[in-house]
Amino acid sequence: MSLESFAKDLEKIVGPENVLSNESDRHAYSYDSAVLEPKMPAMAVLPKRTEQLSDIIALCSRAGMPITVRGSGTNLSGGTVPDSEESVVIVTQALNNILEINEEDMYAVVEPGVVTAYFANEVAKRGLFYPPDPGSQAVSTLGGNIAENAGGLRGLKYGVTKDYLMGVEFFDASGALIKGGSRTVKCVTGYNLPGLICASEGTLGIISKAILKLIPPPKASRAMMAVFNGIDAAASSVAGIIAAHILPCTLEIMDSVTISLVEECEHIGLPKNAGAILLIELDGHPAQVAEDSETVESVLRKNGASEVAVAKNEQDKDKIWEARRKSLPALARSRPTIVLEDATVPRSKIPAMVSTIGEIAKKYDLLIGTFGHAGDGNLHPSILCDKRNSDEFRRVELAIDELFTRTVEMGGTLSGEHGIGTAKAKWLKMETNAATISFSKKLRRALDPKGLFNPTKITGTAI
Amino acid sequence: MTKIGELARAMREFDDRIIKCMRCGTCQSVCPVFTETHSEADVARGKLFLLSKLSEEMLKDPKLAREKLDRCLLCGSCQAACPSGVNTMAIFLEARALNARYMGLSPIKRLIFRGLLSHPRLFDFLSALSAPFRPVFMRPQKNAARTAKAPLLDILAGERRIPQMPRKTFSAEFGRIDLPPGKSGLKVLFFPGCMGDKVYTNVTKACVKIFKHHGVGVCIPASMACCGIPALASGDRDAFQKMAHLNIEIFKREKYDYIVTACASCTETIKEMWPKYAESDDDKKYAAMAAAKALDISEFIVDVLKVRNGPALKKASERVTYHDSCHLKKSLGVSAQPRVLIRMNAACELVEMPESDKCCGCGGSFTLTHYEISKQIGKRKRDNIVSVSPDVVAAGCPACMMQISNMLALNNDDIKVKHVAEIYADSLVEAVQ
Ligand SMILES: Cc1cc2nc3c(=O)[nH]c(=O)nc-3n(C[C@H](O)[C@H](O)[C@H](O)COP(=O)(O)OP(=O)(O)OC[C@H]3O[C@@H](n4cnc5c(N)ncnc54)[C@H](O)[C@@H]3O)c2cc1C
Ligand code: SF4
Ligand code: SF4
Repeated sequence: MSLESFAKDLEKIVGPENVLSNESDRHAYSYDSAVLEPKMPAMAVLPKRTEQLSDIIALCSRAGMPITVRGSGTNLSGGTVPDSEESVVIVTQALNNILEINEEDMYAVVEPGVVTAYFANEVAKRGLFYPPDPGSQAVSTLGGNIAENAGGLRGLKYGVTKDYLMGVEFFDASGALIKGGSRTVKCVTGYNLPGLICASEGTLGIISKAILKLIPPPKASRAMMAVFNGIDAAASSVAGIIAAHILPCTLEIMDSVTISLVEECEHIGLPKNAGAILLIELDGHPAQVAEDSETVESVLRKNGASEVAVAKNEQDKDKIWEARRKSLPALARSRPTIVLEDATVPRSKIPAMVSTIGEIAKKYDLLIGTFGHAGDGNLHPSILCDKRNSDEFRRVELAIDELFTRTVEMGGTLSGEHGIGTAKAKWLKMETNAATISFSKKLRRALDPKGLFNPTKITGTAI
Repeated sequence: MTKIGELARAMREFDDRIIKCMRCGTCQSVCPVFTETHSEADVARGKLFLLSKLSEEMLKDPKLAREKLDRCLLCGSCQAACPSGVNTMAIFLEARALNARYMGLSPIKRLIFRGLLSHPRLFDFLSALSAPFRPVFMRPQKNAARTAKAPLLDILAGERRIPQMPRKTFSAEFGRIDLPPGKSGLKVLFFPGCMGDKVYTNVTKACVKIFKHHGVGVCIPASMACCGIPALASGDRDAFQKMAHLNIEIFKREKYDYIVTACASCTETIKEMWPKYAESDDDKKYAAMAAAKALDISEFIVDVLKVRNGPALKKASERVTYHDSCHLKKSLGVSAQPRVLIRMNAACELVEMPESDKCCGCGGSFTLTHYEISKQIGKRKRDNIVSVSPDVVAAGCPACMMQISNMLALNNDDIKVKHVAEIYADSLVEAVQ
């Protein structure tokens, strides 16, 4: 089938205005948020109804055309960079209806293109709570969140996307509709297909509908900030808080590079010479929050916090979180390119990890700022560089390689929340083994015999 | 070297600024065009990517990229939201200028910018000439937004409802205005802008009334040119510089403490664009000085005159909702002052609409060249306005007023469109009574 006649057939399914195949449009779907070489698809298609997904997949299957499904294209691992110039990008952003928010049974049914923050806000308007809050929530889609098993700031206490995925509908590689899970809290009807599709990065099927769990919101919350001279004191505070059996809803850390960049760029009154800052938020029943916050405060002081500030009102709270909100912007503005990693280690290894990052920065002569989710060991070492400088960028690649090796040695994982995509595929074996990759490929081959769904992602090649 | 090659070389200047885009996609959440189309090439991330490909000479068909670049309201929402601090407005404006230089300006735009706007007298003359025919050209609609359907202009404007034009432009009616300072001891140079002179003359009259009331001297020179933003936005740097120069020459002859406008786009242009893009060093120097004195009318009343409490004469009888013009809120950071002005009219109750700072879809000539998208964006604005059932929708920019009027008229909504200065000025009548 020629590309032209393929495009004509696609137009019959979605209408000509929803098939984008000119040069400029193809360029616009050649990248995502990962720092990788772009690759243009043959065309992009924007279905307006979820049923159209089935016909599009069936057509691609007949034509042997590889498919990359894309939400907002904010993933950081190249999951939506097309595999070849002869492939189609299916964009889900126009499939953005919230089909149901059920207050009685506390769940919602959504299409894949609904934007995360919009959804969370609609849920909040009805007095309920959808906790997963990736930093990209203002733009990311729920379909993309599921396919990456996105986490966020609230991961420690509330878990990640998979913990809220009750049911899913998706189209398989032949275009057939597959249903898994249900609207009930308990469900053991058949395989755990929601579990399979979660974190599948567009390699097993295209999600067309999801049932998401909602919970009652906490009645109270309190934010605090603690300043430390060194990272060790901050890390032992984190351990101390958990040992006291307190689970803050957020427990974020900023290292000294991040602190000084934020302060230089934003002048919000952070102690520029601090070794580390912890930002903590407790939530729950008002009495519990009050009691816990006293405990946390004393843990912080006992572990050598040089300063502890507790928010007394919304304004204070906003001020405390400003430091965290400004972290990524401050880092991003300092150099032309930012490579944002998410190597994750067991909580107790945070000090080791931070000093490893320091060593790597020194060894490869790079500027690395680290912030992230101290509570769950998910750090974001951010390498600040200029990708146009080939010598510097080569050092960046070496540094990343070493970072991953050291992470795995510490019993950690390549990716806490950003996924594997193509960016990290080559290290997958190091963390798992050859048999695991072969098993994964067999799984893919069984479900997608032609290897059309995002073929080069996760396992390197599909078949 | 080929024209494309030259264009690419010139584009390379942008590299350092474009590379700052980390492709995070945050701009998707605020771009009014993207909200309607969901097309990646319409959002700043896509446009910047295309510009980088243009500079790498990777585009076989740069015209397509230019079309994408033109699908932009220059509303500045992306710049205001960008975590990386990418200066998208300057990049897009300069890219348009380069495009126009190497690929030419459309004939209609050339006629408008080169001919009419940069020769103010010619424009006035044509306006005067066509004024008597206006009632024939434009049949008044029975709607609160005071728009008229333009049957003879249908070919050009389609179904668009354009504002009922006054019989005389402000400058034709009053000529030069020069009133000495009163009790405030201040003197302002008021710049009505094209819309304030030719379409919304009532807004200009309201401002004059406000100045008189507060004992502020005001000068409105005759024959000022357009501020230049439509030309600059279309990439016609020459016409822009000519207009800025004409105005600067006029300004130089006046003595004033502040330059005040009732048009967000004019204020932004005088403050930001004249100093940056004026032609000669002389002009740039004067423009920098003028920029420091330029203010929006609501800023002037609230921040300079420090007017706070309105006359509490009667109970609120009108529900007023306020639209944040992009150039006012996102570029100039003015969003509290217009609301203060509305509250100062005791007859008005301010009700906030959802997404009050989402663009109305006008974007200057964008609404002429991309009417369908402009209308979709405008429809969202209209729905947000209607959702709070107001009697009046207020704005601080005549271009937004025109767009909103059109959208309300198309939907037969019975809602008046007013400038915040008109609302405040109305309260002053009652104070005098
Ligand atoms: C500034 C910034 C901050 C971020 N912060 C976080 C964070 O805190 N936590 C976190 O987890 N991630 C974070 N991310 C990464 C990213 O936003 C998430 O991975 C997000 O879930 C991606 O959503 P998306 O809609 O953009 O998906 P895309 O990037 O479009 O797609 C992601 C993957 O999902 C697949 N996919 C998309 N839609 C479907 C579908 N309908 N069916 C099947 N597969 C599909 C794609 O093929 C791709 O492999 C951040 C990214 C940025 C740029
Ligand atoms: S928000 Fe800024 S950095 Fe992010 S994609 Fe848009 S322009 Fe680029
Ligand atoms: S200026 Fe406005 S319309 Fe143009 S890309 Fe930015 S947000 Fe979109």
